[in-house]
Amino acid sequence: MSPLPSDTPVAELPGDALRERAVDQLRAAIGDALIDTLVKPGDDVWVRVRTDAWREAGLALRDRLGMDNFGFVSAIDWLPSPFGRGEDDPTAPPVERDTTIKQGYTGGETRFQLLARVSSTALHYGINIKTDVPDDDLTVQSWIPVYAGANWHERETHEMFGIEFAGHPDLRNMYLPTGFEGYPLRKDFPLLARHVKTWPGIVDVEPLPGEPEQAATDEGTAE
Amino acid sequence: MSVETVSGSLGLGDRQKLAYIASQAADARLNVELETEGMTLNIGPQHPATHGTLRIICRLDGEQVVWAEPSAGYMHRGYEKLTEVRTFPQVTSLVNRIDWLGSFANEVPFILAAEKLMGIEAPPRAQHIRTILFELSRIANVSLFLGDLGVQMGAVTPVFMAFRDREYVLNLIEGATGGRFHPNFDRIGGLKDDLPKGWIDETRGVMRKLRNFCDEIETLLFGNEIFQARMRGIGVIPKDIGLQYGLSGANLRASGVDYDLRRDQHLPMAWDKVDWKVWTHPDGDSFARCWIRLMETRESTLIVDRLLDTIPSGAIMAKVPRIIKVPEGEAWVSTENPLGEMGYYVVSKGDLGPFRVKIRSASFNNISIVPWVLRGVLVPDIITILASLYFILGDIDR
Repeated sequence: MSPLPSDTPVAELPGDALRERAVDQLRAAIGDALIDTLVKPGDDVWVRVRTDAWREAGLALRDRLGMDNFGFVSAIDWLPSPFGRGEDDPTAPPVERDTTIKQGYTGGETRFQLLARVSSTALHYGINIKTDVPDDDLTVQSWIPVYAGANWHERETHEMFGIEFAGHPDLRNMYLPTGFEGYPLRKDFPLLARHVKTWPGIVDVEPLPGEPEQAATDEGTAE
Repeated sequence: MSVETVSGSLGLGDRQKLAYIASQAADARLNVELETEGMTLNIGPQHPATHGTLRIICRLDGEQVVWAEPSAGYMHRGYEKLTEVRTFPQVTSLVNRIDWLGSFANEVPFILAAEKLMGIEAPPRAQHIRTILFELSRIANVSLFLGDLGVQMGAVTPVFMAFRDREYVLNLIEGATGGRFHPNFDRIGGLKDDLPKGWIDETRGVMRKLRNFCDEIETLLFGNEIFQARMRGIGVIPKDIGLQYGLSGANLRASGVDYDLRRDQHLPMAWDKVDWKVWTHPDGDSFARCWIRLMETRESTLIVDRLLDTIPSGAIMAKVPRIIKVPEGEAWVSTENPLGEMGYYVVSKGDLGPFRVKIRSASFNNISIVPWVLRGVLVPDIITILASLYFILGDIDR
């Protein structure tokens, strides 16, 4: 961090002590439903709560911690994509990829995790909150009673990941046509544009000017 | 309790709101007495007031909206999925096209998130130029909004003035980056190029022109009686409702929340190097939202002026490897974009490309309040409220 000019109100800017205090306040509010926390110094704070305490945690964030400003609700699919970046050569044998699920900050046990961010307009800092979505029943409580703005975000998460929100009045599709099959942001949903047409990056490889013409000589020897 | 006795102890803004509510209640009573039938009105997807293809379905009772629902998704391009098959430097060309009027501002938070994960910071000169270009894209974006505002109410002149003066700003952006709409100029670790010769002096001249434009708009539009009648006390969003829906930017500051991410967080940008103001308005109505944007455009020209005076010398690129691999981790960075808070939640697995990018765009949240704010308003007010909320379709649908 570069030093600030003396006339800037540094005291109003967030600090790690503020984030540590937020974690303590949340633990006091929801107890052992708070599974794991991470405060990265000078960066941000992550917390993971139990799935059945999702709404309770939201209410605690709003009422106890003063997180008045709603950011977003979304999800992460931690399964590594079986298609890689969609740049495979269709004529080559299929590539073996490691598809072990490995969660990010604050860990986790399930393939899908819900992720939300809320922030405080008075204290100028935010919290990233996660929860596991059980693999056998992709249902989480809706946040609409906590933050009204969660409505559209949950609709989007529902159509993109197939996660249900208990208590959401209207989980219609926002973007996709009604009756669309599959959930586009899941990692095992292929990006069709990369499958109907090969990624041009692997087709026309031209040698750089001045470099030995590797591609041309390869072709020559093959013939 | 009559309206008069309540309003005696309240301020002017509250009295206007109460009078408005009372007139609406009277209309509703009349509609019940006359047994009016409801009808459904479809606005869009093609409508001048929607800046793209937003469709709004309203159920009306006489002249009053009893229920409204925006139907987005006509321009969904799936950027969150596309980022997963791109490398980190390639993503900027995608996110450029989210809010297409202020493209450069979209690149910055993504690049900052990638830099945060890599643990590098752009050199001071690059930070300064980034901030200048960021503010220029805000001016280009919001000046068009100010011009377009008149069109929504039948005044066609301001839009020509806006297009005339925005052209100067686009020329500046083109001069520095090579692209008028989609610069794709920001790089992880700095910028693609330094500023061209003579650019700084030219920018000072353009900023003076833009301040004149703001003055023109203020006298022509904001001082206009019709404009005030159509905007004052219409579409009032109270502070707590706005926060609940996650409004941001000028829409939130117009409801009296003093919150600006340029000031209220540590970012490796140059906003904290100069002195400037955050504008707020207590009313929360359509007029307040437009007025805040006018003042912010003017303030942006001053920020640019002051930043131009203090550009440090030095490199414009930090040392970064030629093939950029971003270490494993998660980062959230959001900035105060022309439309509001624009943020990226980037998850990296130590690969060439991101594992997942959640794009939190401002208009998505700003428009999700439409069902709430349109309930009970009159049909002609739909257009002015939508205009004052200010959205870009690409920013809703992503």
